[in-house]
Parts: sequence; structure tokens; C-alpha cells
Amino acid sequence: MLPAQFDYVAASSVEEAIAAKAEGGDETRFLAGGQSLLPMMKLRFATPSKLVDINRIAGLDAIEHHNGHLRVGALVRHADIAASDAVSGAVASAAPWISDPLVRNLGTLCGSVAHCDPEGDWNSVLLATGADVIAQGPSGSRSIAIGDFVQDFFTNSLNDDEMVTAVHIPVPSGRSGGSYQKLERKVGDYATVGVAAHLELAADGTISAAGVAMTSVAPINRKATEAEALLVGNAPTAELFAEAGAAAAAAADPRDDVRGSARWKRQVVAAFTGRALAAAAEQAQA
Amino acid sequence: MEITVNINGTDHTADVEPRLLLVDHIRTGAGLTGTHIGCDTTSCGVCTVLVDGTPVKSCTMLAVQADGRSVTTVEGLKTADGLHPVQQAFSDEHGLQCGFCTPAMMLVGAALIDENPAPSDDEVRWAISGNLCRCTGYMNIVKAIQSAAAAAASSNGDS
Repeated sequence: MLPAQFDYVAASSVEEAIAAKAEGGDETRFLAGGQSLLPMMKLRFATPSKLVDINRIAGLDAIEHHNGHLRVGALVRHADIAASDAVSGAVASAAPWISDPLVRNLGTLCGSVAHCDPEGDWNSVLLATGADVIAQGPSGSRSIAIGDFVQDFFTNSLNDDEMVTAVHIPVPSGRSGGSYQKLERKVGDYATVGVAAHLELAADGTISAAGVAMTSVAPINRKATEAEALLVGNAPTAELFAEAGAAAAAAADPRDDVRGSARWKRQVVAAFTGRALAAAAEQAQA
Repeated sequence: MEITVNINGTDHTADVEPRLLLVDHIRTGAGLTGTHIGCDTTSCGVCTVLVDGTPVKSCTMLAVQADGRSVTTVEGLKTADGLHPVQQAFSDEHGLQCGFCTPAMMLVGAALIDENPAPSDDEVRWAISGNLCRCTGYMNIVKAIQSAAAAAASSNGDS
């Protein structure tokens, strides 16, 4: 299957890419890994008039620690994250579970984040860790909290002339841990249910900060704010994690589909939230 | 748009539409039909080729993205000395039945062995988890890749 016709520009700098995007208007799309965009174009779910290929822009492929956060550039592939020693917590836990090895070799974290597919894994990880999306436009860069970035089903809050250049994931200075638990029918399938958890512990061992977010069980990746509120200030125990799991399940809004019934998916959310929190706590206590 | 892609060591220059997929460029443009088209929806992995040594699905990459880069297809595995160790091992271990997924499996196997000279059973299964085979049940594919790794290691040791 060939995609519908489009104009193609290979940009050699971020500035050039942004100018090409602005010139083409809202029917122009950036091409990074292309592992979601090209399949959608082949099926005519997406018919951009122009693609701005950013793969040849230098300097966007670094994973680095900077001012208390992990900076993941726009051309960092899922496989780079899975192989990196610089990543930890929920990010490290999720990377090997993104699609399949071949897709991971091309697909990018930033592309997946911008795509805002509610069945995509990364936005749950970013919601749980409290990450920021860095968007560059003609007049400079701005930082967008992930909760404000993810607007709706396949909809982000970027302006037409903005490009995601990186994602900043906070790296707590104290004890912390994180995990991503994903149920998939087979390698490469979307999550039936995914849960990302992130915990930070105070000096006395109680939970000082908590993030829980869910994949594939709502119209967008959803933060389980009630579960998070239950956790903060308390000691990390199995009973508390079970309560948080129940709260997350109540916040989920799954649908009956080919992957299972809504009722069953809620049960999976509860169990996986408990498992993700237990793994996060174990890491933080190590 | 004019592109030059090095396929199996030979530069192929062609004027292509931006929407041409790499797999079509390889099969129709370069006439190398060892790279197969299966699902055409980024699911089955039979169109796998190596781009600068990394296995990717060539149905989900534009030919223009490969401009100036090196592509290895199954036809490029064979060396001057004969079959690549992975090819020999797939034959010896009966790592194929219908053969449709085999070019992709062998390329993924070759790329894995380049990175990891002695992959475990789990590591092989993990590496080929993006490639579907509907005949073999994977047992002999895993065996073949491990046997190729052992053969490559012993021939490297000899030289």
C-alpha cells in the first residue's frame, strides 16, 4: 500500500524544520520514526500534504542528565532507551515493552508522546513521573507539563509551528522508584491494560510523592489522581497498594472490545497498579 | 526526488516519489525480491532489512529516508566464501518450512550475532519477537540462530 501523495522535505536543522512546518500549515506533519504515522498514512487515516523529515537533524538523539532531569531528544529511539544506562524507574521499565524490537529500532519516544494515542505507553509513564514536553517554535522554546500537553484522543496542545525537541523527565534526588506493568496479547500489540507508577520516599520511609497513570483504559492516558492522593504521606504497604489499585480501577473507563471486557480490564488495572507500586517501592527502598 | 541507496554494497540511484516505500524500492526498483511483503501493516516483520546494520521493517520506512544509507537484504548475506553462517544454520537445523519469513529471520539473526556472539535462548526469542513465523513454531529458528552464533564464534577463533 502506498500512502497518498505528499511533498517531502528533509530538514537539516530544527529551525528549518519549524519553518517548513509553518509554511505547510496544519496539513504538514513531522516525520521522526514514522512507526505510527506511516501505517496511518498507508491506511488513509492520515493524509498529510507535506512531511518534514527530522531524521537528519544533528543533536536530537541524546539521552542525558541535566539539571535534575533526564532529557530525551526528539530522535531517541525506543531501543536507545531500552539499551541506555542513564535511564531508571518507570522509563527503564517501559522501554522494552514498546511494540516489538523492529519498531523500537525506528520509533521515538517524543514521536509517540506527540501522537497522543491513548493506547500508547509513554504518555502514562510521563504522567506518572511528572514530565515536561519541550516545544520549539519560531520565537523560541517553551516547556509544557505533560498533563497540559495531552489534550484528547490523538490531540496535543502544540501550535502548528511548534516541534517537540525533547522530553524532560524529573530525576528525584532522594529515594525513588518506578515501574510500568503492561498486559499485551502478543508482542507488538497495543496494551490491553498498562499502568505506570512512580514513588518517592521521605527520610522516614513514608511516601512523599506518587504518580500513577493508565494506558488503554480511557479516551486518553489517564492519571489516577485519587490513587495518588491515597498514597502520599503513608507507609508503603501491600494494603495501601491494594487500596490505591481499587482507586485506580474506579478511575479507569475501559470499554468492552476484542482484548477483553471492561469489567475484567478494571480488575487488571487494580492488580497491575498494586504490582507497579510494589515494584516501585522495592526499588526506592533498595 | 533523486536518491542513492547502497544496497548490498552497490549504489542504486533512482528518481522516486516521496511516498515510495523502501520495500517497494528494493523489490521493484532494485529487483531484489528476497525481501517479502507480508501484512504491509507493520505487524509481521517479513519485510525486515538492515539499514546501516539495524533491522527495521522496510514497509514502514520511505525510500527517501534511506537516501545515502546502506541497506542489507537477504541477497547481501552471502559472502565470497559461500553462505553466511546464519544461512547455513537455517539449512542444517531446518529453520524454515515455507520460507516466507526466512529472509527476515536470517537478517535479524545475523544482526543479533553481530551484537551478541553467544545469545541465550531467551535473547534469541526476544530478538525475533517482531517477526512472525506460521510454520515452524520457532523452535528450529532459535536453534539455527544459536548454531550460527556458535559456528561464527569458532570460525572467528580459527582465523
